[in-house]
Amino acid sequence: MPAPDPRILARRDAIVAALEAAAPGAVIHDPAETRAYECDALSAYRCPPLAVVLPRSTAEVAAVLRACAAEGVPVVPRGAGTSLAGGSMPTADAVVVGLARMNRVLEISAEDRLVRVEAGRTNLAVSDAVVGEGFFYAPDPSSQLACAIGGNIAMNSGGAHCLKYGVTTNNLLGLTVVLMDGSVVELGGPMGESGGLDLMGVVCGSEGQLGLVTEATLRILPKPAGARPVLVAFDSAETAGACVAAIIRAGVLPVAIEFMDRPCIRATEAFAHAGYPDCEALLIIEAEGTAPEIDEALGLIRDIAEGFAPLEFRESRSEDESRRIWLGRKSAFGAMGQINDYMCLDGTIPVSALPRVLARIGQLSAEHGLEVANVFHAGDGNMHPLILYDANAPGDLERAEAFGADILRLCVEAGGCLTGEHGVGIEKRDLMTVQYAPADLEAQMRVKDVFDPEWLLNPAKVFPLAVSAGRRERMRDAA
Amino acid sequence: MPPEAVLAVADALRPASEAELAEDIRSARGPLSILGGGTRLLPGEGRATPLRTGGLTGITLYEPAALTLVARAGTPLAEIEAAVAAENQMLAFEPPPAAGSTIGGVIAANASGSRRVQAGAARDALIGVRFVDGSGEVIANGGRVMKNVTGYDLVKLMAGSRGTLGVLTEVALKTAPLPPATRVLRLSGLSAAEAIAPLTIALTGPFDVTAALWLPGPGALIRLEGLSQSVAVRAEALKARLRGFQIEDTPHLRLDENILGGPGADSPRRDGDVWRILCRPSQAPAILATIPEPLRLDWGGALILARLPEGSMPPLPPGAIATRLTGAPARLPPPDPVTARLEAGLRARFDPRGLFASPA
Repeated sequence: MPAPDPRILARRDAIVAALEAAAPGAVIHDPAETRAYECDALSAYRCPPLAVVLPRSTAEVAAVLRACAAEGVPVVPRGAGTSLAGGSMPTADAVVVGLARMNRVLEISAEDRLVRVEAGRTNLAVSDAVVGEGFFYAPDPSSQLACAIGGNIAMNSGGAHCLKYGVTTNNLLGLTVVLMDGSVVELGGPMGESGGLDLMGVVCGSEGQLGLVTEATLRILPKPAGARPVLVAFDSAETAGACVAAIIRAGVLPVAIEFMDRPCIRATEAFAHAGYPDCEALLIIEAEGTAPEIDEALGLIRDIAEGFAPLEFRESRSEDESRRIWLGRKSAFGAMGQINDYMCLDGTIPVSALPRVLARIGQLSAEHGLEVANVFHAGDGNMHPLILYDANAPGDLERAEAFGADILRLCVEAGGCLTGEHGVGIEKRDLMTVQYAPADLEAQMRVKDVFDPEWLLNPAKVFPLAVSAGRRERMRDAA
Repeated sequence: MPPEAVLAVADALRPASEAELAEDIRSARGPLSILGGGTRLLPGEGRATPLRTGGLTGITLYEPAALTLVARAGTPLAEIEAAVAAENQMLAFEPPPAAGSTIGGVIAANASGSRRVQAGAARDALIGVRFVDGSGEVIANGGRVMKNVTGYDLVKLMAGSRGTLGVLTEVALKTAPLPPATRVLRLSGLSAAEAIAPLTIALTGPFDVTAALWLPGPGALIRLEGLSQSVAVRAEALKARLRGFQIEDTPHLRLDENILGGPGADSPRRDGDVWRILCRPSQAPAILATIPEPLRLDWGGALILARLPEGSMPPLPPGAIATRLTGAPARLPPPDPVTARLEAGLRARFDPRGLFASPA
């Protein structure tokens, strides 16, 4: 991260006083307490912020941002701090504005199929709020118990079921956004349209660099009558990948197709005892609807899978069996964390490239001398290789990072991208030039120039530091 | 506009490649009017040099097993529809067909049909773009994979931007399998306002409805798609839920056939203006009470197309928006000052010389 601005550090007391005036009783500045905000889920990188503010309303957020803008202080927005990419990692000269206190449901309309919430509400608590009306909110990142809707919007989060329901941007209708100058703007509209440019569409996924989302109107969907998974085991990862392509090609679009390879299966078995077969690769495929509808869809999927000589095709016959099929997948990250430190990657590739990319990741693993476990959303090509390393072994983190960078370059070469749902943050910032030409990055930075001319919102993220340096330093020198 | 810009109006530009297009834009001296098929966007009233994208054609990549298609912007929509149909796939957002329409025009207008209510709009199927901005710079964003959060989503910004930020040269789209079975239920004898209640019932239950609309002749139409047994199960459940309405199966018609050429394109033969109103479905009955001649309801009542006497404005409840599709473009309510500042800022940075005529 860039070195903190000494002029800001020197004015710390005056800045804290201005924050107190903007949001009385909502400011944390004791170093013992700001330490709790020193990192997000990318915990290898830490830095306590200058101060933390936990506002209670859009008006307070606006007052806080106005105060920070007046002092030229960078602001790091924070939902629940679950970013795997360092999206909410602070710098020593930045004020963290956290949404933890803004978690109310503002409106539920079943007939208009929408819910309006404050952006600090957790993803799962949005679905919980509408389940009584027979609805759910579709995007379901693995961290949905903890992650905030505001963070989901900043990162355009996905989840296991986006093959059918899309990602966050496909499920937004409107946003209340506070810009860095303190102005408040409503984006989106009915059907998500404003009648002008799709500003909501560009704010979603902008990693908190264009504005701070305080409220969101979300599309909700009628809850399906039921859902049931099958587990299909294969003796090679390539065969599993080919089966995925065949299912999609046949026109059966399940709501989820999840993939796990042997290292991941073994680790989760040891941890969660889900009763998975010991095999090279397995798929978990889920269909939704009433019982006869699910029977029909899973019957077709069985017919296709039989063509790939699966070691096992395990159908669930009860709620408990369904739960056990999902158990290993859902505890995969926790299981890997038990046995090792790991780095979770998020590159996406065309589904057709799956067998080739998996084989190459295996070779890279041998070259770097680090193990890798694969667990991912196979239907949409969003991979999650987990690189295992030992944080206490000198040089291991650096080796893991080098391996990770090689995998992401491989994803881009295969026609894919660096990140499918976690975001760039600080983690993949300096790899952006692998995917984008200078003119492409310049076009993106122009958008930030319009929304945040001073480059104060989450400034040192997303773009390679060398690429954004001119803009960030110009602003600092003008201050 | 300076006089030399008016004098610069000349023969249409017809670049044959992205590089030629970029050169045409770099050397442009006055406003340009971007034309694909000329079916959706109003050209710049003769004062701008036409820039035709018809030389930028061809599907450059189509991988049915990855549900991905990439095409140059001037490719006729009909060519793309034929290519995906041959692989038993479709563009799920159901772009309203119009003779000569190009995929670039569809995307620039974010033109989406009835299935939008379930499968999303054109912007939701768009996963990558290449375009040339007003400085003649070629810019790429997104890619060819359906999950991609690498950098800002200029893909969404370009969809529906009506050529005000740049000229699209290539688009990447998500395709979808064609549903094996389709049924359309018709509820007859309902006015537009009366149709809202049954359409809402259909959309708020577990029926996975892929179209919920009303047309002046047929009445309310509800479409179910998917595997054959699933469609049958859902149709029976929905019929039971709608007991009391007069329901019949209707042949699988193209639900967009009365808006050929885009919404309201048939209007020159009639007086008045055609307006496109977006609202919450619960607001639609009150709006419809003031509208003598609705042309179409779609997306469960969230979209109202209506003909209004010339010069009159549709009444809009809070949050509803309207755009005029005939005559001079109009947008109601006008953007708030912050939105206006952001939109103007983006146009100024992507089109610093003001080459791309901007609608109101």
